[in-house]
Amino acid sequence: MLAVPSLSLAATADDLAAIRDAIRQLEQRRQEDQARIEMLERRLSDADAQLRTVRSGQVSSPASTQPAPSASTTAMRRPTTANLPAAARPGVTSGPSFGTRGGSASAFNPAIGAVLQGTFSHFSRDPDNRVPGFMVGEEATIGDRGFSLGETEINLSASVDHLFYAEATLAHPREGGVEVEEAFVQTTGLPWGLTVKGGRFFSGIGYMNEQHSHAWDFIDPALPYRVMLNTQYGDDGIQLRWLAPTEHFLEFGAEGFRGDSFPATATNNGKGSVAAFVRTGGDFGASHSWLAGLSYLHADADNRATNADTFTGGSDLGIASLVYKWAPGGNPSERNLKLQGEFFYRDEDGTFNGLAYSGRQFGWYAHAVFQFMPQWRLGARYDQLSARALGAEFAGTTLDDLGRNPRRVSGLLEYETSEFGRFRLQYNHDRATQETNHEVFLNYVVSIGAHGAHKY
Amino acid sequence: MPFRLTIALALWLMTAAPVTAAVNVFACEPEWAALAERIGGDLVSIYAATTAKQDPHQVQARPSLIARARAADLVICTGAELEVGWMPLVLRQAANPRIRPGGPGYLEAATLVSLVEVPSVLDRSQGDVHADGNPHIQTDPRNLLPVAQELSRRLGQIDAANAAAYRARQAAFAAEFEQAIARWQQTAAPLRYVPVVVAHKNWSYLINWLGLREEATLEPKPGVPPSGGHLSDVLARVRSDPVRMIIHAAYESPRAAQWLAERARVPAVELPFTVGGTEDARDLIGLFDATIARLLRAASNPSG
Repeated sequence: MLAVPSLSLAATADDLAAIRDAIRQLEQRRQEDQARIEMLERRLSDADAQLRTVRSGQVSSPASTQPAPSASTTAMRRPTTANLPAAARPGVTSGPSFGTRGGSASAFNPAIGAVLQGTFSHFSRDPDNRVPGFMVGEEATIGDRGFSLGETEINLSASVDHLFYAEATLAHPREGGVEVEEAFVQTTGLPWGLTVKGGRFFSGIGYMNEQHSHAWDFIDPALPYRVMLNTQYGDDGIQLRWLAPTEHFLEFGAEGFRGDSFPATATNNGKGSVAAFVRTGGDFGASHSWLAGLSYLHADADNRATNADTFTGGSDLGIASLVYKWAPGGNPSERNLKLQGEFFYRDEDGTFNGLAYSGRQFGWYAHAVFQFMPQWRLGARYDQLSARALGAEFAGTTLDDLGRNPRRVSGLLEYETSEFGRFRLQYNHDRATQETNHEVFLNYVVSIGAHGAHKY
Repeated sequence: MPFRLTIALALWLMTAAPVTAAVNVFACEPEWAALAERIGGDLVSIYAATTAKQDPHQVQARPSLIARARAADLVICTGAELEVGWMPLVLRQAANPRIRPGGPGYLEAATLVSLVEVPSVLDRSQGDVHADGNPHIQTDPRNLLPVAQELSRRLGQIDAANAAAYRARQAAFAAEFEQAIARWQQTAAPLRYVPVVVAHKNWSYLINWLGLREEATLEPKPGVPPSGGHLSDVLARVRSDPVRMIIHAAYESPRAAQWLAERARVPAVELPFTVGGTEDARDLIGLFDATIARLLRAASNPSG
């Protein structure tokens, strides 16, 4: 301190050197003190560990002490933050977090996250939600012109106890109001690789179906999803999954649903929908990984209406899915590539406007998304639908495909500020209807609060 | 055709069945795989979920990881939210109650050491911060000792018949490693107070251990890639306040570090970060031998 006036009066080179020296000494002393503190901390933790060993020796069966004792000692050492983020960590919530935050009720709060979406859309023609040749559900729209708040969702998740995990997603759909998009309870403690899930949830069929829309690569769903599954198939029901005990990933799933959602209808005399799927996948070396799946969905429709036409009968849908990802050395942070494609085959048998109807319909899409540098992605997609030709009695109805196959080509540019903020620009050359529609979307997806890990 | 397919499937299921060692260990990162190897030897069968060339923050819950977690008796991860982007999903999809968090089959190394850089305010404007503190604990070898102790205890709990063998192997490891730590501290003495720039804040434990001085970070915020503007700021800072080297991990792109190294005329040093990161980091001892050798080489070679 006393050196300061001399510095202002006559700062010679010697003075400066002396000050530097003094600073260095102070720094050294600080570091040594730090080292001493660290050493003492270490001794404390060693003593702690010894104490622990002594204690566990006294307890008759150490294995029965559920919370790992180590966790509680850590909590003591870091009283302000220890295990606080248990709530902010989806899936890591159960376990050694109890007893450490005495009296704080919020310590048990579930992980809460919100995903906000907004889109600006420009269409060269009026939005036309019809897809000639196909009956569609209510959600199968291409959206509104101009600014619109996309689906905004709030997600809550936590372990219920040592045997269950629960998750609820409340969404604000375009039509307004609040909708329970998903609300399910899932087992975490069943043996033999079994998982049971019950409540309302997105079916495990296909690849994209189970993902929330904000996790999709493109802003809108591919045509087969939009037309054959009303964008996504979710309903109230129960799911059983079995993961085979093999080194190679092999999973089987079966589902039973209430049967209210498209392609079924709410008024189908209580007939449920059923679904099944099998999935397998793995790695080729460190850089390549893949996932393939086969899915089946059966639903019953009773007077399902599109425009003025109605269909009553059974609907069978088969989906084949393939996803391939490339990341050099398994590290996707710099560059990575994702190829994804699915093939849909649907067979509907029953009566259409009172006429006997047996329709075979196909749909497929393929897309590629390439991250060419950190934060930037480019994507391309092609999707198409086709239907087997029908008799003249269907001319002029919804099922009349006007002699052509609905199809689209899309391009995507994405920039992400972080994993929690995505900004996308998408162009669709849309030929789902007779006249081409040029569609441009500008979209943001941001995620705040706890954000669960995304599926592969 | 369906018959042949069934036979093929059955054959594949049988041949793909995991080899039965006493304990299947699923290690999230290579350093924990190496530690499990030391403590478990051939009593355990180890699967390393990531390689040293992968950014442990940025791993995807790939099907292969789920299948391996299904067979695991013990999962050992860093914890402190390092694997928050993939492990919760792997654990949930693996449907394996043996590795449930909170049980003996789930071990988070970060709960056994005191963490530094615990944020006082949790806000994502601060970048990809971890609520529990800096999770990159394996860069300080002293942190491995309590983890080894707990690991041997857990292995003994899961495989009681071999508990004594795990304890003996752990004691041998601790003795060898403590000696090595003393040797490293001696060799690394010239690194004390050496000012460095780091690419990402994943060297804090190494820096604290060896007494290096972290002057700047190439990332403007943790997890945010270095921008041109920020790099220029760092360059201006190291020109007025010189540093001796720029440190980056083997899994990180060396571009930003090399850019700065050329302009600031100091060496850019690639450190293994974990076992297998560089060729000379074959095991845990080699990891720190290589780390210190590389730091010393850079410190004695000012021009790069």
